[in-house]
Amino acid sequence: MTGTTLTVNEAALASSRRAARFRKNILPWLFMAPLIFFNVVVILGPSFGSAYYAFTEWSGLGPAKWVGLANFQRMVTDRVYLIALGNNLKWTAIFLTVPISLALFGSALLAPIKRFQMVYRVGYFVPYIIASVVNSQIWRNLLNPTRGLGVWLASIGLKFFNVAYFGNVHTVLYSIAFVDNWHWWGFLVVLYLAAMQAIDRELYEVGILEGATRWQEWRFITFPGIRATFVFTALMTVIWSFLVFDYVYILTQGGPAHASEVLATEVYNAAFFRFDVGYAAAVGLSMSFFAAIVVTGYLILKGRGWEI
Amino acid sequence: MAAFSAKHSRRTRSLAFNYVILTALICFSLLPLLSMVFNSLKSDAEANSNPLGLPLKGIRLQNFVDAWNAGHLGTNMLNSAFLAFGTIAGVIVIAGMAAYSLSKLNLPGANYITLYLLVGTSMPAQLFMVPLFFLWAKLGLSDKLIGVIIIFWALQSPFATFLLRSYMLSIPKDFEDAAKVDGASELQVLRHVIVPLSLPGFLTVGLVVGLGAWNEFLFAVTFLHHANVMPISTSLYAFVSRYDRQWGLTSAAAMIMILPVLILFLSLQRQFIEGLTQGGLKA
Repeated sequence: MTGTTLTVNEAALASSRRAARFRKNILPWLFMAPLIFFNVVVILGPSFGSAYYAFTEWSGLGPAKWVGLANFQRMVTDRVYLIALGNNLKWTAIFLTVPISLALFGSALLAPIKRFQMVYRVGYFVPYIIASVVNSQIWRNLLNPTRGLGVWLASIGLKFFNVAYFGNVHTVLYSIAFVDNWHWWGFLVVLYLAAMQAIDRELYEVGILEGATRWQEWRFITFPGIRATFVFTALMTVIWSFLVFDYVYILTQGGPAHASEVLATEVYNAAFFRFDVGYAAAVGLSMSFFAAIVVTGYLILKGRGWEI
Repeated sequence: MAAFSAKHSRRTRSLAFNYVILTALICFSLLPLLSMVFNSLKSDAEANSNPLGLPLKGIRLQNFVDAWNAGHLGTNMLNSAFLAFGTIAGVIVIAGMAAYSLSKLNLPGANYITLYLLVGTSMPAQLFMVPLFFLWAKLGLSDKLIGVIIIFWALQSPFATFLLRSYMLSIPKDFEDAAKVDGASELQVLRHVIVPLSLPGFLTVGLVVGLGAWNEFLFAVTFLHHANVMPISTSLYAFVSRYDRQWGLTSAAAMIMILPVLILFLSLQRQFIEGLTQGGLKA
């Protein structure tokens, strides 16, 4: 009789212990499982796939043929690849300077005002929420060589502006960057503004008492206060500048004569128009390589105690 | 006293300068959009002779009807709505569960998962898109809305998880404990305590994720080719190149695409801006 009770107790204890272990170790992973599953299927698995295909010659059909480093050798001597890489570097330089300084300027002007601050904030943000297809269409019309802004400016004497912005190999990249920047800088304003509003107001009181000028206020109170946000946006700018696709593809598809080609459009063309899938994977891999360099550089500097 | 008022007037004067520049900047942001609104109300002839100004020869709403019919925009809008709502529903479930696991269940190895998700979100689409395209073709998911919805689930869930986790972390533990004393299971706690209390977070996630799906171009143009599965973004792209010269018509089509977004944004702008600036940083 006692023996049976003991067994029952032991069984109950064992099962409750098992339940506790389940709650502690298994259940959290069950809740995490869907996220990991979709992430592995869509992102991680195919990323490894790219890392493999980059060393093969493959048309997308049939078996892939191992070719070693041939794709990479071809890449570094390919004219289009080098143009695209150069354009991505120019793009990085443009986006590290133009939208960031415009947004720093705009947010510094916006932070001290109270009336209509919300209206300005929302107004600057609107282009950011509008689809790239629509924004591109707006500017393709506005910069149209036969009836756009350039024609109007020429008619009032500013002939210099009458250019085929998207059709000229010298202006095309900058024109696309202009459109992308137009939709992007307002977002940065809102980011910087939010960071500025978290700065302790008392610092400004002290600044006023000490007779600080506007510039000194910004240089010694505002900018240090938003430094973390600033560094983050700069870092993201560099990473994204190597990924830019939408505006280039929609406005020019990399043309004319590859003048606005970027790495992302080159991957796209290689994979889906030339069926050169192995090469496309190699170019894609090189894109993540550049992003990895930036992130690693950042982490190393941070690890060395740089205050960024 | 005199020094104070001098300082005071300096402030007022410089604020006037602020307003002037800020107004110029808002014109830079909004006038191009306004030019599209104007063009959508002009006849093609007027858009041709007066491409930048106000519609002076009467307001022509027929453009909207013509664009709707010529572009089959009804089908495309429905497809986009399906993409948006399918993405929202999946992301809310997937990210809600993951955020619960990270914030309340003491997931072992949570740091590694967080790191993986951070790295995963900054992975370039071009790295995994090409093999994914052939994988989806093999699985029969190409040219199907659900195929793209699944991709959006994977792309959007990490950001949504981080956002929801921060909401859930702010819920006091007493609330769950009280429910567990009453005999509630983990799922019941999630459903009846955590989800209702982090509802604003779910709303923000829904808006950001839905906007992303509605506007998305790269995956839509790669994975959806048949006319009957095209979302509004890629169909507008095709429409604009087909009716290149007809600015009234194409502007009206673009207006149709952005009107739902604009209305939603203007009525819920606080949530939109909060969601898009909090870790939802996407170019």
